[in-house]
Amino acid sequence: MTTTPHEAATREAAESLTGVETTARSVAESAAEPATGITGAQSLVRSLEAVGVDVVFGIPGGAILPAYDPLFDSAVRHVLVRHEQGAGHAATGYAQATGRVGVCMATSGPGATNLVTPLADAYMDSVPVVAITGQVPSAAIGTDAFQEADIRGITMPITKHNFLVTHAAEIPQRIAEAFHLASTGRPGPVLVDIPKDVLQATTDFSWPPRLDLPGYKPTTRPHGKQVREAAAMIAAAARPVLYVGGGVLKARATEELAELAELTGAPVVTTLMARGAFPDSSPQHLGMPGMHGTVAAVTALQKSDVIVALGARFDDRVTGALDSFAPDALVVHADIDPAEIGKNRKADVPIVGDAKETIGQLVEALRAEHAAGRTPDLAAWWEQLDDWRNRYPLGYDEPEDGALSPQYVIERLGAIAGPDAIYTSGVGQHQMWAAQFIKYEKPGTWLNSGGLGTMGYAVPAAMGAKYGCPDTTVWAIDGDGCFQMTNQELATCAIEGIPIKVAVINNGNLGMVRQWQTLFYEGRYSNTKLHARNADGTPKPVRIPDFVALAEALGCVGLRCESKDDVDAVIEKAMAINDAPVVIDFTVGADAQVWPMVAAGASNDDILAARDLRPVFGEGQV
Amino acid sequence: MTRHTLSVLVENKSGVLARVSALFSRRGFNIESLAVGPTENPDLSRMTIVVDAESQPLEQITKQLNKLIEIIKIVELDGGAAVQRELLLVKVRAPLAERTQVLQTAELFRARVIDVNTDTVTLEATGTPDKLQALLAVLAPLGIKEMAQSGTVALGRGPRAMSGAGTLRPVERSA
Repeated sequence: MTTTPHEAATREAAESLTGVETTARSVAESAAEPATGITGAQSLVRSLEAVGVDVVFGIPGGAILPAYDPLFDSAVRHVLVRHEQGAGHAATGYAQATGRVGVCMATSGPGATNLVTPLADAYMDSVPVVAITGQVPSAAIGTDAFQEADIRGITMPITKHNFLVTHAAEIPQRIAEAFHLASTGRPGPVLVDIPKDVLQATTDFSWPPRLDLPGYKPTTRPHGKQVREAAAMIAAAARPVLYVGGGVLKARATEELAELAELTGAPVVTTLMARGAFPDSSPQHLGMPGMHGTVAAVTALQKSDVIVALGARFDDRVTGALDSFAPDALVVHADIDPAEIGKNRKADVPIVGDAKETIGQLVEALRAEHAAGRTPDLAAWWEQLDDWRNRYPLGYDEPEDGALSPQYVIERLGAIAGPDAIYTSGVGQHQMWAAQFIKYEKPGTWLNSGGLGTMGYAVPAAMGAKYGCPDTTVWAIDGDGCFQMTNQELATCAIEGIPIKVAVINNGNLGMVRQWQTLFYEGRYSNTKLHARNADGTPKPVRIPDFVALAEALGCVGLRCESKDDVDAVIEKAMAINDAPVVIDFTVGADAQVWPMVAAGASNDDILAARDLRPVFGEGQV
Repeated sequence: MTRHTLSVLVENKSGVLARVSALFSRRGFNIESLAVGPTENPDLSRMTIVVDAESQPLEQITKQLNKLIEIIKIVELDGGAAVQRELLLVKVRAPLAERTQVLQTAELFRARVIDVNTDTVTLEATGTPDKLQALLAVLAPLGIKEMAQSGTVALGRGPRAMSGAGTLRPVERSA
């Protein structure tokens, strides 16, 4: 009965990169009737219907009000959130889970500026989102009118593109262009700002409109010669690593990746944005690279002779100190965005193209290499990798004071909810543990804020994901710090019938910051304690807030778990509740830490497997 | 650092200049000069941007510029392969006793006198940045009261243009 999010969206998948025709065709199918003498607002809603939107997350207000009238009668469902930030992250979660464009809507001024964080978030993580904002009437623009903000100017650096619509007749075209831009090439957020008088003006509607984007021609087809060169380099490598980033998920290239992995026999590492792109159960999978990656994944990249970067961008959290990152590696860098290639690390073989096409062609080219007798022997490399993996597996110690271990909670949650569930997370320790200790097997099952690191992402993103995949269990794994930023959307979930499940990993602190204070600031816990405390800093036996009571106040089922023995039972209880959102307050110890760790700015050579445990890599062997 | 001249065809729409200048500022790239004007096609404007950058950051600049949706094409115009001009208006102190010297200097640099009064002469000069620099160096001892200088505008030499048939080769395209 559970369907994976990507299965649900496969229909659209094949068309995702064909551009103009896609828009035209999907529109023709939806048979949008032309109309004359309608309002700009009606034209907007018809455009959203025609482009295939099924849900909009938003909040009305003065300037966008005209749009909400025709929306009232539309087949497009509107989910009334409690804060525009929730609308933005919900649209992102929806898009990440389904592969379709997520849509959010807000009024001018503060409504629009509340979308800034989720738009920046979607931009950093390349998520296809369209934001529609009301603007003050054209004549008032520039006069510091009530609820005026130059949202187009504000969002220029955090959107793929944005529009200020000046005439009602433009509306269908701008909406079609916004969806085309958001969903093709390197995906990203697009904002369409529409003044109130434009929404009220009389106009005609026809569909499909002509797209006028002469400067937008993303390269999706990789250069054959580059692909063959890459294949030759891979075939000749003694210590190759497939470095897989979020682009592989965006391009729905996981089947091709599986083929490439099998063909090369090379180890695979999946970044924070790519968890689920390659099954964790595969023996070829070394786990996540980066600051809190596995010793095997970090060190494999570090000691490799050929890195095959697929839809990844050599982010500082992956490379550590750039000048000492993978010093002996030649780099094949495939990405749909040419600006990513060579930005941080020089590429020896750059390939610009869609990951699905690129990996597919790479597989063909490698077959030719193998047919010509060039098959590498990776036995020595695997012996080395297995040695690292066996000596430095992911793990954790139970807290000495008998407190509940957050890693244990997350591990059990992953085991019980299983690989078919969707997991979202906030940002911090719980996010890293969720990336480390849940076993991901399928694409689109791990949604988080990777690039921007937005605390508060988990709950609204889970809401959007659950809306898009109603038959799938959706767990938000959140910290108590993050949860207090956006939990108001639980009211939305309760009222709109979106039964997400939330595991609050409640350590009473801003845990990741506390960890850094422990490690780098001599345990001086400046402003990281969230719990009520006595003058000497010790916790008071009062819960502020009481998350169980809070959950119930928001119309959810509230559960609490404080001991290891109860963990399975409470998760199973939550799994059995499907008619309301559920929140579990897992009260855990404050001093659990995320390991392994490469300190900020340090070299990946200096990874610590655990506190004060520096791995011995056996330099002579590689 | 090395100077590079980028000729950038952009859609003639509001906000494009803001996008370009914001991109330079947020990515930490330096603009030496910037000139925007119409082209033979009313739908397009041309920005001529002179940047100071080594070749690798320059590649990043052009790639990031190419990602802006309203940018149509970028060509690098450098050295002998292009003609480059700037416009200079300069108001020079020119009392009667020194006026001849000012006018002779103007003639030497093929600058035109466009305004005269009892105290000053205003000259108009066009040329390469080097030539205008030289003119200013000669005028400086005489007393420059005020000046206004445009950014560089440039076109590739030879029959090819940036748009239409037989076009100049763009720097790498982007998503």
